[in-house]
Amino acid sequence: MSKFLEISQLVKTFPTPKGPLTVVRDFDLGVKKGEFITLIGHSGCGKSTVLSMVAGLTESSSGGIILAGKEVVGAGPDRGVVFQAPCLLPWFTAFENVMLGVDQAYYTASKLERRQIAEYYLTIVGLGDAMDKRPGELSQGMRQRCGIARAFALSPKMLLLDEPFGMLDSLTKYELQDVLLDLWQRDQKTALMVTHDVDEALYLSDRVVMMTDGPEATVGDILEINFPRPRTRKQLLEDPEYYRLREYLLHFLNERSHHRPARVNQAAPVLVNA
Amino acid sequence: MNKFKFDWLILPVVGVLIILAAWHIVGGKKVYSLTTGMAELGTTVAALPEGEAQWKALAPKLKSGEIEATETKRLRPDVWEAISSSFEEKRIGLIPDLPNVVETWDSSKPYIVDPWAKRGEMDQGILRFTWYSLVLVAQGYAIALIIGVPVGFFLGLSPTFTKMFDPLIQVLRPVSPLAWLPLGLVLFMRAGPEAGTYAALFTIALCGMWPTVLNTAVGVRAVPQDYLNVGRVLKLSRWKMLTKILIPATLPYMFTGFRLSLGIAWLAIVAAEMLTGRPGAGGFLWQEYNALIYEHIIFSILTIGIVGLILDRLMSLVEARFKAIS
Repeated sequence: MSKFLEISQLVKTFPTPKGPLTVVRDFDLGVKKGEFITLIGHSGCGKSTVLSMVAGLTESSSGGIILAGKEVVGAGPDRGVVFQAPCLLPWFTAFENVMLGVDQAYYTASKLERRQIAEYYLTIVGLGDAMDKRPGELSQGMRQRCGIARAFALSPKMLLLDEPFGMLDSLTKYELQDVLLDLWQRDQKTALMVTHDVDEALYLSDRVVMMTDGPEATVGDILEINFPRPRTRKQLLEDPEYYRLREYLLHFLNERSHHRPARVNQAAPVLVNA
Repeated sequence: MNKFKFDWLILPVVGVLIILAAWHIVGGKKVYSLTTGMAELGTTVAALPEGEAQWKALAPKLKSGEIEATETKRLRPDVWEAISSSFEEKRIGLIPDLPNVVETWDSSKPYIVDPWAKRGEMDQGILRFTWYSLVLVAQGYAIALIIGVPVGFFLGLSPTFTKMFDPLIQVLRPVSPLAWLPLGLVLFMRAGPEAGTYAALFTIALCGMWPTVLNTAVGVRAVPQDYLNVGRVLKLSRWKMLTKILIPATLPYMFTGFRLSLGIAWLAIVAAEMLTGRPGAGGFLWQEYNALIYEHIIFSILTIGIVGLILDRLMSLVEARFKAIS
């Protein structure tokens, strides 16, 4: 099985006044093309650090990240990042924010084509009528829609989402999860998302990667989610399997996440949902 | 609505009136005191046509041997002409040489009612003087911004540059315009007749630069890491990073610097004009001090203050616009 993204033996150490602190140690993960992976764990466990290293925004201390056969060095538009805060530039309109990325990713395309790409994605995320508004005039949810449009409009090899819905109320969150799933299915992207929301992880992912608590966080367990796609929230909630998996995840977060697996580099742990 | 007017209109007016009253009390006034006898004066006045009546009106005012300058203006002109040689002028009051409110207004009126007049090099309407000063300030200020903004960006972006030059800036920053001007005159000594102008521009630019430099540097350092990450993820070129992210994110800080710089440039212009003797709001002040027309010193101070206030308010409006966007 060829891996589209391969993370191996990833380590991140930060210098602190009290000496070096190893946040992440021996993190291994392979992701298939088109897969949707969520990283789940307690806050501060280092899951965002892993994502940031894949994005190239943080340098790894050792270990390697290979994306589509190439080693990841530094950030670049081949990885679309959706940040927790949408990070739109307030002096640009929604359209200009998306265009900033499109101009970078499609520098050979004509101006008209680039405009059409930006407009296409903004329309899909539901901002068709608000393209010319500045972020200050948009609600939190609308801003994050724009952030998602910006990431997809880059046509990246991979999507990286850092708790993209963490700051939203639950109704908006549900809406945006559907927007994200819809785009992900249309574009057939590989996605890596960080979250601490168990239901979000179950609804969106193909596999949930559970991380142990930091320092020296690593992969504690991996759970396969085999619900058929396209998924609906209703269908999931009616499935008893959903509650089993949910229970399993919660159990991990409550009990097992506190213990680093005894032997790190073994094959994937045996799963209970077989 | 009523409350609004009371706070924003009536209270400042009351404040101004209090200060005017205090000024008037402290200020001196001009009086004429008699150098000859009353009887002698009486005969002089009585000799004039209808002199008896005039003297009857005048005599009670001269009981103490003094008459206020304002009173003499109410006398019949030929009466005052006939007797004025018997008086000597003097000033009385808490601070005798400080002109009072009425004197200041009377003396400044010609400069206000005809603000564009040009009666001579140093005798021009107040708007014309102000305009000369503003033109010079605009030039010096432009130089300050053109140099200050890039220097601020370098300071904000490069820790090495900061370590090299920040101590120097901290030393030069508190130096008064009055101290820079002589150096400017020396620098441009061989520049011909315009040397004074160049020295003035040098002073204005140098003193006005610092707020822009420091605020721009602070602004660049304060650009949120999130915005920079957006730039890194999109692999923006250095130029795009600067124009699309750094400059827009720094603009609110820069405009705070611009506003403060303008204030200082306006401070410096007065010093520069005073020392170089150029016509303008500050030059007028100094020349009138030398000409012993103290009313005009106060008038100039008020003019400089009001113009400074207007400039600051205008810049605040611009600044607020940029703050609103970010």
